[in-house]
Amino acid sequence: MAKIELNGIRKTFDQTAILKGIDLAIEDGEFIALIGPSGCGKSTLLRIIAGLEPQSSGEVRIDGVQVDGIRPSARNLAMVFQSYALYPHLSVFDNIAVPLRMRRHSALARMPLIGRLHPERGRTERGIREDVERVAAQLELAALLKRKPGQLSGGQRQRVAVGRAIVRQPLGFLFDEPLSNLDAKLRVHMRAELAQLHRQLKATFVYVTHDQAEAMTMSSRIAVMIEGNVVQIGTPAEVYENPRDIRVAEFVGSPKINAMPGVIREDRGLEVLGRQLRLGTAAAAGRCTVCVRPERMEIGPGPGTIAGIVTHLEHLGAEAFIHVKVDRIDLPLLARVSPDQQLPEIGSAIHLGFSDNAVRAFDAAGKRIDVAVPARSERVREKALG
Amino acid sequence: MVAPAFILMFLLLLGPLLGVIALSFTDYQLGSPSFSWIGLSNYQDMFGDRVFWLSLRNTLTYVAIVVPAAVALGLAVALLIESGGSLRTWYRTIYFLPVMATLIAMSIVWEFMLHPQFGLINGLLHGIGLEGFSWLQDRRTALYALCVIGIWQALGFNMVLFLAGLVSIPRQLYDAAEIDGAHSAWARFRLVTWPMLGPTTVFVVVITGIRSFQVFDTVHVLTKGGPSKSSEVLIHTMYIESFEFFRSGYGAALTVVFLAFVLLLTLVKSALANRGVHYA
Amino acid sequence: MTPRHRSLVWSATRHLLLLCGAVFILLPFVWMISTASKPQTEIFTKSIHFIPQTFALWDNFATAFGKASLWRFLVNGVVVTASIFVLQVLIALPAAYALAKLRFAGREVLFALVLFCILIPPQATAIPVFLLFHQLGILDSYAALIVPFTISAFGIFLMRQFFKTVPDDLIEAARMDGISEFGIVWRVMLPTAIPALTAFGIFSVVAHWNDYFWPLIVLNSEHLRTPPLGVASFRNEEAGTNYGPLMAAAIVIIAPLVVAFLLAQRRFIEGITLTGIK
Repeated sequence: MAKIELNGIRKTFDQTAILKGIDLAIEDGEFIALIGPSGCGKSTLLRIIAGLEPQSSGEVRIDGVQVDGIRPSARNLAMVFQSYALYPHLSVFDNIAVPLRMRRHSALARMPLIGRLHPERGRTERGIREDVERVAAQLELAALLKRKPGQLSGGQRQRVAVGRAIVRQPLGFLFDEPLSNLDAKLRVHMRAELAQLHRQLKATFVYVTHDQAEAMTMSSRIAVMIEGNVVQIGTPAEVYENPRDIRVAEFVGSPKINAMPGVIREDRGLEVLGRQLRLGTAAAAGRCTVCVRPERMEIGPGPGTIAGIVTHLEHLGAEAFIHVKVDRIDLPLLARVSPDQQLPEIGSAIHLGFSDNAVRAFDAAGKRIDVAVPARSERVREKALG
Repeated sequence: MVAPAFILMFLLLLGPLLGVIALSFTDYQLGSPSFSWIGLSNYQDMFGDRVFWLSLRNTLTYVAIVVPAAVALGLAVALLIESGGSLRTWYRTIYFLPVMATLIAMSIVWEFMLHPQFGLINGLLHGIGLEGFSWLQDRRTALYALCVIGIWQALGFNMVLFLAGLVSIPRQLYDAAEIDGAHSAWARFRLVTWPMLGPTTVFVVVITGIRSFQVFDTVHVLTKGGPSKSSEVLIHTMYIESFEFFRSGYGAALTVVFLAFVLLLTLVKSALANRGVHYA
Repeated sequence: MTPRHRSLVWSATRHLLLLCGAVFILLPFVWMISTASKPQTEIFTKSIHFIPQTFALWDNFATAFGKASLWRFLVNGVVVTASIFVLQVLIALPAAYALAKLRFAGREVLFALVLFCILIPPQATAIPVFLLFHQLGILDSYAALIVPFTISAFGIFLMRQFFKTVPDDLIEAARMDGISEFGIVWRVMLPTAIPALTAFGIFSVVAHWNDYFWPLIVLNSEHLRTPPLGVASFRNEEAGTNYGPLMAAAIVIIAPLVVAFLLAQRRFIEGITLTGIK
């Protein structure tokens, strides 16, 4: 069990700043997901925690102990790699046994041939066998112990990689996009297995992914990384509902959040696409972006709604998305509707609206600005829409 | 579309291959009007000939020295080059130079370096107070001097093959090894590099083996198999018998022995390849 | 020791070991150039010095070119290697295309034959081919140097593997445009195969420029000698007396390939390591 603290981690590579000062406290036993678009530095951060790469500045502490300059294996963290990184020439048993053999056998006992003569070797080897078999049973790998990784399916390899990580009971686990090589169905299944594993082990999990569905479904907290910074940390719901930055809003959520150009007027009123909203803000006047999630878009005419043309329909079975082209925005706006409702024709005119509490507004720099509905006007608008 | 290629293949490769085997059962001599089938007579002569056994023993000695040395040194150089960032291309170029340089020309350079009186090697030995040898003229050293030239020439080729093998090892395996507790360079070599290089190593050993069996250029230019047959090798014997004494039948029998060894090496290679040195 | 120190020590060790090896590798080259730059009197001394006191490189070159027909050897080398490569391509490419892309009875058998032929070492067929050429009366000619290598099973194999990766659509589009099968080989497949062909070309030229065994067997006439044969015979004539010009001749013989290699290292290493597959 470990608390992992990162203080001011910076990493530059060939004069390119990859990490620009990361501060992050990962609590003992927590399942935290690091997500972000590719190139945001999340994998580099994970490798720095693991000790596979040195940071340019800043410090990593595990359980309060500074570990910079300490070898990866001595940090007592296990890592599961994207490609699983199983030793292809070793059987499943031997793969899982590697970290134990490296730790428990002396260097002499590991020597080829003469190692077999080492007096302690037999006893240690029996202990290793017990541990490997225990883990194999836990992960339902018992029948596969003699196989080579090449003879396993993707899901089985994944489990062997996990087995190799848990067998030595480390303080924490680092996962580097471990599910990205699996097909969609298996991925959903493994998500549940990993979450289950976390509940069982109660160890610290740091999980890097670019797949927000994985982050949302498994983790207790999400750290969203963009361009070398942690932009927001919070529970999945917080990050989804309350993005602090427009890049977070746009990265989290699929399909992407609708972004509409807006203006904060001198009188602190908010306008979007030339329409006045009944929302006010304390922020300074200027350009802003008004964002609304597709499931919060409402269809039907009314005062203050936005007129557009239906350009495309996506019927997904359990839900449907309407793409609406609106003047002055390049990308169509998306509205999620229930599929049992009558879908409009492609090419037909349509009106889109949204309630005031669906609005997330961001200033020109992309920072979230608080908007509030003056109390008296709210009821009037709801009636108008209803 | 395939006709020209396959006609030539039968005419210049497959036909002659069968021809050489057939020829080894005849007493044909170049220029003689007729020949007769003499069964295994050539082979009997050969097995009864001291020169053949000397030649075979020398060839095997040459292979047994050059293969391990050129493979081990090639691997060592590749590992050293790969383990650091600086001057990689320079080292690679330098070590590869002997592969490019015409061996005959370089043999002549080596000959002068090994010159008993004015050679660089003896001069250097003299400088540190050692007595030199008449390397190529001394039956104790001639074969070993040829071995050194063989190693010098083969090393760079093996290095390049090993470099290609090293590059194809996934980086994540080294990360995994590091996390699993392989602290020392030796432990990582044992756990990842050596097993992952398995197919490359088998390959390099066989290639070097086949090439060493073919050793001819240096022998022919530098020692002519001498002194007193101490550096006589298989292909050189075959060349002398077939193209200087024109005993084509007997030369063919020597060729068949050579072929048998090359075939053996090829079989070793495919046997090892199928025995799971390769993996997904 | 701190990690920084450790990596410094390791880096120094690495360079030290590699430099020792490099000295062993380069010594003959350095000695060759050094000797070629020395006058006779400096060569036959017991003291070792790499830098000549009197610089005689040009004299030695002049002597070498005067005593041996070095130009002739180089021209022969170019004629022979170029002819071999062109013929190899002309013969191998259609076969490779057919084996890769056309369906016909016996294709698998023919391909198996190709694979088998790759394994035949050139020394194995020397005697029968020599006897055949003797019968035909073409020993001691350019033809004798070139013909045995016109068929490269390895070339067929290599190009066939490459053609396998060319999409069928490309060939079908060409057929739709009315290009004949031979037209497809030369006008569609050949341009796509340039990288593979370059590698094979380097492999072929290096192998035959440096070949000694076969020219030694079939040649008698001085005017046909290839570079290795030329330099070897020059050495036999000088019989260990005239090392300066001999080293100069060696430089001339290895220069074309070594210079080409230094200019296009990556391509050369690719081409030569192809023999790895062989």
